[in-house]
Amino acid sequence: MSALIPLPVLLPILGAGLSLVLGQHPRLQRLISVVVLASIVVVAAILMVAADTEGPQVLWVGGWTETLGIVLVADRLAALMLLVSATVTLAVLAYSLGQGMTEDEENATLSVYHPTFLVLVAGVANAFLAGDLFNLFVSFEMLLFASYVLLTLGGTATRLRAGTIYVLVNLLSSTLFLISLAVVYAATGTLTLAHLAERIADLPDHVALMIQLLLLTTFAIKAAVFPLSFWLPDSYPTAPAPVTAVFAGLLTKVGVYAILRIQTLLFPDSPLTDLLMWAALLTMLVGILGAIAQSDIKRMLSFTLVSHIGYLVLGIALASSAGVAGTIFYVVHHITVQTALFLVVGLVERRAGSTSLMRVGGLARIAPLLALLFFVPAMNLAGIPPFSGFIGKVGLLQAAQDQGSTLAWALVVGGVLTSLLTLYAVTKTWAVAFWRTPAEAHEALEEIAERDPGYGALSSAEHRGHVHTPRGSLSLAAIEEARRLGDDDLPDRDFHQLIKDGDDTPHMPRSMVLPAAFLVTASVALTVVAGPLFAYSDRASNDLLDRTPYLSSVLTGDEQ
Amino acid sequence: MNDINLTLVVVSAALLGCGVYLLLERSLSRVLVGLVMMGNGVSLAFLVAGGPAGSAPIIGSESGDASEMADPLPQAMVLTAIVITLATTAFVLAMAYRSWQLNGHDDVQDDVEDAAIRRMAATDVTSEAYGAASDDEDTDVSDDPRESDETPAAPEPGGAAPLATALDAVPGTEPRP
Repeated sequence: MSALIPLPVLLPILGAGLSLVLGQHPRLQRLISVVVLASIVVVAAILMVAADTEGPQVLWVGGWTETLGIVLVADRLAALMLLVSATVTLAVLAYSLGQGMTEDEENATLSVYHPTFLVLVAGVANAFLAGDLFNLFVSFEMLLFASYVLLTLGGTATRLRAGTIYVLVNLLSSTLFLISLAVVYAATGTLTLAHLAERIADLPDHVALMIQLLLLTTFAIKAAVFPLSFWLPDSYPTAPAPVTAVFAGLLTKVGVYAILRIQTLLFPDSPLTDLLMWAALLTMLVGILGAIAQSDIKRMLSFTLVSHIGYLVLGIALASSAGVAGTIFYVVHHITVQTALFLVVGLVERRAGSTSLMRVGGLARIAPLLALLFFVPAMNLAGIPPFSGFIGKVGLLQAAQDQGSTLAWALVVGGVLTSLLTLYAVTKTWAVAFWRTPAEAHEALEEIAERDPGYGALSSAEHRGHVHTPRGSLSLAAIEEARRLGDDDLPDRDFHQLIKDGDDTPHMPRSMVLPAAFLVTASVALTVVAGPLFAYSDRASNDLLDRTPYLSSVLTGDEQ
Repeated sequence: MNDINLTLVVVSAALLGCGVYLLLERSLSRVLVGLVMMGNGVSLAFLVAGGPAGSAPIIGSESGDASEMADPLPQAMVLTAIVITLATTAFVLAMAYRSWQLNGHDDVQDDVEDAAIRRMAATDVTSEAYGAASDDEDTDVSDDPRESDETPAAPEPGGAAPLATALDAVPGTEPRP
């Protein structure tokens, strides 16, 4: 069983190499990607069962001994994260294939899409399995570099602008990670997590605190926790929809996983509990307030992503069995729901030509399936019963209530408020994008243009930081035209260019709708399996807080 | 207490300081130089963390026994970090060149959507999502203070807009609609 552990890392890397070689054969590239991801899903499921029944699966890479080697550990948490990420990534891959991302006639360099995607998957898998801080660092670099490429795909001006911010922030966090590694090595002489778990307890308090702060800051940048979250809404919305979906589902959760791992394994009696709770509270509130202000659906979702990271940090900060279990359950829920929402918004973009709330309206009549696909995960995100969002939030809030301190109660209030405001934000989007009539939209657009000519000019110039369609500027022209002709009741068609005249391309090909529908169904299915999943999270959480299963498997040697 | 090489520490600190200073520049090329300097500073910090200098860590050579050898692990880590910095340099240079192709400069630009929202808030424009019916709800403008922290004092977002606009229409570089 341990022999399966390196597969989620090896297979994507080999697949990426093979994919690069076969750059001229897109069909083979697609096949390789799908086969690799499917096999990772299978391996992750097997590892999960093995970790649940037998305890953490351990592999010392290369057969090196404990004192020298690098270890890969698949315990309950790691296997669960691996399974969820692999499944979600497979769905996103199917979606992007349906979108035809790799068959861009103009751009031959898109033969790098598949190799880069696979390297991203390899980095994520390695990050979940790493039992050594430097291995964690290398896997972070792998996935970050792949994400740089995917974010700036096509090299357009807006992507480059957003990509630059993203690259620089993440390079800074990588440098910070390196500095913290240097400090850890100088203080303890090792970088293996299991050894560190013992040696950090022997360090002077201020050194341990410094190490904890350095590592937490590094991972907080990657996880987009409040003071360090500004880069996410700036860069995520500009990427293509499947890329944003993968980032939202995987990259921030790797940061959260790293925080969870070091907090439970290395710093069990942490003096930073209050700091983390404050960070969670502020992340939740500031993120959701940002979401309310947005007029672009993708940006709004990026802000809700930041906000719900606050829930995850809440559970970690509580450091109780119930809190960590709540976090683990919520991570699974959030990966699925947020990715599903981004895929659905990609469908909206495809159908309506834009994701700006200024331009989109009346979609419910034109695409009722899309409306349903948006409504379900949106309600899930907002925490409406009986969905898994509700269950996860209740779990976390109960854990906070159990702790009982004033700050914990503030977190409960903040959590409920965030949930309400999330409901408000998604309902606003729902009402505008799906139910607004063209006449209402026309008036709103006019009012904006009157009050703020600069904004009107910007929007007509399509300089909105996200999707571009030259047709966008046509909408204002169409309005001018209609106004001139005295026609106040614009038909749907003129207003948001749903129909490309004479175009035979299906607006929402089944190959795009099916993966999105699959993820939406999966998010609903989480409600059904919530019982077993929460029980599993409880077991995983007890393992993490107890540390013994992890340490005994790694150190007394399931060596190969 | 071990003997620590003071020169290494001072040089590492100086490199990190200069690197941070350069990181705050507008031009991407300067930011890159700053990043590389920081990377080198951190590599030196690794060498400091590895303990005092010693002989080459090769078993069986004339280096003597293990206690006199230099610690090879930080050296391996520094090599990895150097390789990663190499890839970083290549990618950021490619981005800077592309930016120069598109914009004529390689400055790091601000978040335009954010600037647009701030301007909307400043001119007290209601969120258009409410439609024409409600003129009395200004709740969205209260989120201004947080968003003004996100970007440094944007010199002229309006000025940057037309330039990028024309270039957004460059055919063949659009994402697929």
